[in-house]
Amino acid sequence: MKLLFEKRKASSVPALILVPFVSFLVSLVLTALLLEIFGANPFKTFAAMAVGAFGSSHGFAETLVKAIPLMMTGLGVAIAFKLKFWNIGAEGQLTMGGVAAAGVALFMERFLPGRSLLVGALLGGLLAGALWAGVPALLKTSLKVDETLVTLMMNYIAILYSEFLYYGPWRDPKGYGFPGSRMFSADAWLPRIMGRAHIGIWIAVALAIILWIVLKRTRWGFELQVIGASQRAARYQGIAVERNIVLAVMLSGALCGLAGAFEVTGISHRLQQGLSIGYGYTAIIVAWMSQLNPLAVPFVAIALAALAVGGDQVQMVMGLPAAMGVVMQGLILFPMLAGSLFTEYRLSVVRPESKASCPDPVEE
Amino acid sequence: MNDTVVPKVEMRNISKSFPGVVANDCVDLKLRKGDVLALLGENGAGKSTLMNVLCGLYRPDRGEIYIDGKYAEIHSPRDAQKYGIGMVHQNFKLVDSMNVLENIILGLRDEPFVPDLKRVRSRLVDLASQYHLDVDPSASIWQLSVGEQQRVEILKLLYRNAEILILDEPTAVLTPQESHELNRVVHVMKQEGKSAIFITHKMEEVMEFSDHVMVLRKGKVVDETSTAETTPKELARMMVGREVLFQIEKKPMAPGKVALELSHIEALGDRGLPALKDISFRLHAGEILGIAGVAGNGQRELAEVVTGLRRSSKGKLQIDGKDMTNKSPLEIIRRGVAHIPQDRVSVGAAGDLSVASNLAMKQYRSRPLAAGIFLLQNKILDFARTLIEKFRISTPSPKTQVKFLSGGNIQKTILAREIGAARTLMIAVYPSRGLDVGATETVRRQLVSQRDAGLGVLFFSEDLDELLQISDRVAVLFEGKMMGVFDTNTVNIDHIGMLMAGMDREAGA
Repeated sequence: MKLLFEKRKASSVPALILVPFVSFLVSLVLTALLLEIFGANPFKTFAAMAVGAFGSSHGFAETLVKAIPLMMTGLGVAIAFKLKFWNIGAEGQLTMGGVAAAGVALFMERFLPGRSLLVGALLGGLLAGALWAGVPALLKTSLKVDETLVTLMMNYIAILYSEFLYYGPWRDPKGYGFPGSRMFSADAWLPRIMGRAHIGIWIAVALAIILWIVLKRTRWGFELQVIGASQRAARYQGIAVERNIVLAVMLSGALCGLAGAFEVTGISHRLQQGLSIGYGYTAIIVAWMSQLNPLAVPFVAIALAALAVGGDQVQMVMGLPAAMGVVMQGLILFPMLAGSLFTEYRLSVVRPESKASCPDPVEE
Repeated sequence: MNDTVVPKVEMRNISKSFPGVVANDCVDLKLRKGDVLALLGENGAGKSTLMNVLCGLYRPDRGEIYIDGKYAEIHSPRDAQKYGIGMVHQNFKLVDSMNVLENIILGLRDEPFVPDLKRVRSRLVDLASQYHLDVDPSASIWQLSVGEQQRVEILKLLYRNAEILILDEPTAVLTPQESHELNRVVHVMKQEGKSAIFITHKMEEVMEFSDHVMVLRKGKVVDETSTAETTPKELARMMVGREVLFQIEKKPMAPGKVALELSHIEALGDRGLPALKDISFRLHAGEILGIAGVAGNGQRELAEVVTGLRRSSKGKLQIDGKDMTNKSPLEIIRRGVAHIPQDRVSVGAAGDLSVASNLAMKQYRSRPLAAGIFLLQNKILDFARTLIEKFRISTPSPKTQVKFLSGGNIQKTILAREIGAARTLMIAVYPSRGLDVGATETVRRQLVSQRDAGLGVLFFSEDLDELLQISDRVAVLFEGKMMGVFDTNTVNIDHIGMLMAGMDREAGA
């Protein structure tokens, strides 16, 4: 008996759904091995993680706090990836969104009375993210500049620019030398629903549903699907390829920018260190694990956020490094990538051949 | 079989099924040393599956393979290589950015960590001259023509000491001259004692290349015979399972107003060199204008200019009386122009999308498939089911991804979509290339019925017989120039051939 991979005649739907779940389980097993090496009991550790992430209202609220930016950036990355535009600049787009939102909240108070300050800050973040993503999109469509490199490099520009602002001109003079802007007026605060978790969660879930409808049920979504499948086919069908790529990537950036705006208006209430802590990169895992399906993004984002929060908990309860959660996140991606093989191939068991069933050759 | 010589390859009782399809059903195959066997069959008859079994890509459900009379365990292409079996696939497996030498040694295990390129080169040059496979060893693959790339693929196999070469529709991508050269190469290989199997649906090739021919239909062997003892007509009947009409009924032409007019059109090719030079002609509604010429003489560029995919640098393009020079593809589509492109896998269709999506690609913008900005999925599925039935597209479901269909069914999908969208013009570029007899017949019939329905049809083909049979008038393209337009009833086929080779009657005489 032997095991062989064979190309399927059609992509397997069950495999498409099962792969993320199985990958998650495999990563649990791999982490368990790692925990064994560290001398910790894996079951106790996982239990502690689960309790940390979901066991208390505080823990659950913190999970949501991390899930919101992961949802937003995950959705953003998923749209760009659908077009085979490898936007790994979600981190920078999120940062620029946070910077722009903070700029509006800090300096536009006079023009935007009351709650309109919050709306202005959110729109500012959205717009900044869109523009920040628009640059690599335009470079790609007009000059064929590789987007992977440009989006990645622009992350550093955005992060260093935000540091410049809160260490320099925007620094709070009454902040005892602590790097960060002054606190926004309460008009620019995003309402909270539970602990630090804010209404951004509802917006993110709503956006996931809207995006799914846009991609699957509208003419524009259909055009994006065709572009993603084959740009030449799209052009031949009269679809404006370049314009649509720029628009979709700007939408991707807008979602990431909004994530940044949520962070400053919903969590920190100021621009400070800690805005850019890797959500934009984890977003890539979120997008892949969701198989680029917007409806799956909220669930995956919550799962990954729980890992991070649970990881922190493990540090406190079990004395293990908090990085354990991050290690687990990384360990999910490998089985995911390996598992995607099963959607196109199937494993077949080769048994010793059974005879008969072919007619005997007729003697001539 | 009555000869006592042990066959080079013997496949016994090979069966292979995929979910829902029996691709090979108890197939026996024998290939003698130094022989060329043609594997003939319609799209989906199981030819490629059988060859993929032989070269280790598929594992049969049942059946055995014997090489030189000995049982052979072939579980992977590497095993197959060990037995001297190699395959040239229809889509070449070469790395574009690497040069010929590097592609040759790619994947070889017995090369040292730092390959001795000098030795490889000298052996390659020897092989190339021995088999008349002329190619520059240090040229990058992307610089080579399709014919040259095929030579590299063959050299790759010869370099690996292949004794049995499988060629999957080798001439589908070649010009007539290149096919001729390939024939010569196959001849030398035979003299060297090598054997070959080639997959095809072209009768002339079977007659020209092969010693034996085996016909497959629906996964079963219909017949196996010596090529000398059969005729194209008989083979076609076996392949399709009924009499094939090589002639298509055609009503006399009823030309209407001018559907397409080009005046002094010029355009650049992909590399920035002039591809079209001072092209002028008129195509009437209810007429088929055939464009003859060896591939690469401006056919693709001409089709692209007419459909708005390529800008013209000079001249005027009128469709249905309106100036459409350098208008966008969408504006031209809206004037009722349909286009069957040369490259059907990556331009004509989007492989990752479903059959239904591919069928809807021209009409998703408006009712009944869309309402405002929304698509009506149920309407799209109904629409797809109707077309699948009407054009007999063989697919498990409208939701199946197009990349899983056979070449002929992909072409039928494109045809179904484009015919649905055609109102004034149909631009068909090599629409029957690589198709089997049955599918070719469908394509030709549909083009004629489009003409009868009052459309102007611009029909590109390399097959002169087909061209003369379908078209009302024929024009010849050579190096981007129009060499003249002729009435098919009065034209002399030799004259067309001369013009295709760039020789004027006066100059050639």
